[in-house]
Amino acid sequence: MKQSEARASAPVTFRRRSKVRVLLGSLVYWLVLLGLAATFFAPFLWMVATSLISESQMAQASPTELVWIPKPMAWANYPRALTSFPFLLYLRNTLFICLLTVIGTLFSCALPAYGFSLIRWRGRDAVFLLVLSTIMLPSVVIMLPMFVLFRALGWTNTFLPLVVPPFFGSAFYIFMLRQFFMTLPLELSDAARLDGCGDFSIFWRVVVPLTKPALATVALFTFIGAWMDFMGPLIYLNDERLYTLALGLLSFLGKYSADWSGLMAASTVVILPIIILFFFTQRTFIKGIVLTGIKG
Amino acid sequence: MPWGQGGNGGGGRSPAQMMTKRERRNLRIGLTFILPWLLGFMVFTLYPIGASLYYSLCDFRVVQPPHFVGLRNYTALLHDEYFRLSLYNTFFMFLELPGAVILGIATAMLLNRAVRGMPFFRTIYYLPSLVPVVASAMLWLWVLNPQHGLVNGVLTKLGMTGPGWFTATEWTKPSFILMDLWAVGWAMVIYLAALQGVPQQLYEAAELDGAGPWQKTVNVTLPSISPVIFFMVVTGMIGLFQYFTQSFIVLVAPNTGPENSGLFYALYLFYNAFHYFRMGYACAMAWILFVVTLIITLIVFRTSARWVYYEAERG
Repeated sequence: MKQSEARASAPVTFRRRSKVRVLLGSLVYWLVLLGLAATFFAPFLWMVATSLISESQMAQASPTELVWIPKPMAWANYPRALTSFPFLLYLRNTLFICLLTVIGTLFSCALPAYGFSLIRWRGRDAVFLLVLSTIMLPSVVIMLPMFVLFRALGWTNTFLPLVVPPFFGSAFYIFMLRQFFMTLPLELSDAARLDGCGDFSIFWRVVVPLTKPALATVALFTFIGAWMDFMGPLIYLNDERLYTLALGLLSFLGKYSADWSGLMAASTVVILPIIILFFFTQRTFIKGIVLTGIKG
Repeated sequence: MPWGQGGNGGGGRSPAQMMTKRERRNLRIGLTFILPWLLGFMVFTLYPIGASLYYSLCDFRVVQPPHFVGLRNYTALLHDEYFRLSLYNTFFMFLELPGAVILGIATAMLLNRAVRGMPFFRTIYYLPSLVPVVASAMLWLWVLNPQHGLVNGVLTKLGMTGPGWFTATEWTKPSFILMDLWAVGWAMVIYLAALQGVPQQLYEAAELDGAGPWQKTVNVTLPSISPVIFFMVVTGMIGLFQYFTQSFIVLVAPNTGPENSGLFYALYLFYNAFHYFRMGYACAMAWILFVVTLIITLIVFRTSARWVYYEAERG
């Protein structure tokens, strides 16, 4: 990525232009860059600022006044927001669902991805086209009959409808992993086969260790996806003790819709882990988006 | 396409009988590996597609078994003014697609420079698209609050009076568009990668021809990244038909905004299924969506040859 960056920026030459115009151009560039950055970031700052305004101050605030640095900082909003709904319980529920989703997706997507890339079998590419065609399928077409089915099975108000389907493959991640696996040299698996390795041990001993970054990307994406998921928990979980953080946040909004500082404190707590996760995994993250986005 | 290499691997070295044996073995192993997907495809894709088609032809209220009524749900949809309104509202949201393309490419070009601190700026621009939808919906409900919100506060400072945003009929959908454009970072990352994939020689050649920055953008950059633009527009349209969580939270379900101005397709479908328990009706809507998605995809793919430039086609 670094190299191509340098390449892309090198030929920005301003031929036959005066120094003033170059200077003016870069001034405009920086103004736009900073202005947009401020615009994108402002809602975050605003959220954190609001989360620190005390309730009494909030009541007095005049409509047009923007408070960026509340005085005093009402840190108590955080414990208040987090105790007004069973935050830890919801966190545990969410993490449990996320964990099983990640494990299930890795298992059920890595194996088919291997089957679609490093083994040659008759009809493989036709079947893979079938996989691709299901990516575009609108989820509501699937969702309603599945609700009816899971309801008949007595699975509503359990985590099962949320954590079982990930164990049966997701077209998108199979596609993504296959793209990664395709970059492995075929000689590698051929050599292992000559050494008498079966395909499962090639998969486990050669492919998995070599594609750890790819698997990490899928794990990251599915984790964030499950962390954010709203529709699934909304449909299947009615018992408040089973709520995820997303549902907890929603019920908080329903109960204390006027308590903006509490709401923003709760939102901050939900957003923060994702942002921290992103900071530590940026490279993996961007690679994954680019790979699937472009090749799609 | 890169997966065309399979099929006749092995060449003509071994005798035909050996080949079939090996082929059979490979087929068996291949199918074993894809088994999780295969089972999932049958249970979680084929079955529901068929079932929803059947339900769409039934009067089905979940608690009672489905009762076949033929095309009645579909004809009822034709006369349902809320259905038409939800289609209108959804198509209105298509207005954000050009905005997302322009903003996405513009920010990507802005960030496609080796300037000090660039990783920092990229992170800032990208951050909003990481926010869970539930949280971003709440955040924007507050940012666009007519009395105390950030946007109207800034507008007041500038001497303007801000609109009622989510509480005003004609501003509901623009508010959602604004909220979506905030999270353009995901598209930006993809455009950024596309920009870095444009062959440098093309720019050099254009410069030799005396092209300025604007001409280079229009004649080199945009044609080169057109497959990506195309992909983003198609997925964007399909995504908007499934626009749900934002509207569900912002409008505080089961409300649909002032004068139903936020009644989007997926929202109306959801209410039919889970509030009015008209599962058959909702399945008919789902199937219409399915067919529309298919048609959009096909039309865009068919016509894309006229305006999308694929590098491979040159050779």
